[in-house]
Amino acid sequence: MVESYLRQSALAHLGLEARDQSGQEGAQVRLQEKVLPAAVNLRGDPSDEGFLAATHQALGVALPLEPNRVESSERIAVLWLGPNEWLAVSHDDEPTAESRLAERLREALADSHAAVTEVGESLACIHIAGPRAADVIAKGCPLDLHPGAFTAGHCAQSHIAKTAVTLHQVDDAGAAAGPGYDLYTRRSFSDYLWRWLSDAAREYLGA
Amino acid sequence: MLLIPCPYCGLRSETEFSNGGEAHIVRPENPEALSDAEWAEFVFLRDNPKGVLLERWNHAQGCRRWFNVARDTVTYEILAVYPMGAAPPALDRRRVV
Ligand SMILES: [Zn+2]
Repeated sequence: MVESYLRQSALAHLGLEARDQSGQEGAQVRLQEKVLPAAVNLRGDPSDEGFLAATHQALGVALPLEPNRVESSERIAVLWLGPNEWLAVSHDDEPTAESRLAERLREALADSHAAVTEVGESLACIHIAGPRAADVIAKGCPLDLHPGAFTAGHCAQSHIAKTAVTLHQVDDAGAAAGPGYDLYTRRSFSDYLWRWLSDAAREYLGA
Repeated sequence: MLLIPCPYCGLRSETEFSNGGEAHIVRPENPEALSDAEWAEFVFLRDNPKGVLLERWNHAQGCRRWFNVARDTVTYEILAVYPMGAAPPALDRRRVV
């Protein structure tokens, strides 16, 4: 039995919730910390039909087999991390969400050669969106985020300002509010990344 | 900056990768049977060609997989990328520029 406890946001010390949110509407760049992700790292053999079927059943979505792609539902996003590695994330801050997700996978994969690891506690998720969001990221990241190369449903692991990030594009450039990205980074780097992004976005303030 | 074709993720910036040195260095089956000179050869001595070098790279900030690369040390051109454990592709090893 997992004891429930309070999970504290990685950026709680910045008091983001108390900040004035007016003027966010129509802003060129918007930054927001998402609730702590319930995240599970999954390793297994994609050529094993049983593994694919079991994970599909446990997650509700099929594993993305194409590199740098995400399969998602309302509830969960499954990111391709490597040829035999995925990250299943749900933005559910209910304290047992992650252990329940891991348990479902472990049960389904009892007969498979696979590994299920809870990793949500190590991560923080910063959401950056707006017409100039890709320009802000591009200041410190070598990924090609041009809409011709990268769209909603793509993901990639890379670095922003020397910090390792897993980037998931959730909204297309054509969306009314501009493109949106979920940036997963190590919890201990989230303060640095937040400040770096805020600074990089300064030139688009009031544009 | 080089663009390196990760066999799994596709073309990515060099800054996402780390170099793992020369490829295809096979650990001797019987280390205790080697002379000091032969052991030093295995541990320390590496080729340093002007031309094609077969080397290992790790996509450290990406998928974290290892793979082999054939790279021209003069032009930095990447001539081939192939999986760990695979034999190197046929290349003109004496390529000169
Ligand atoms: Zn890769």
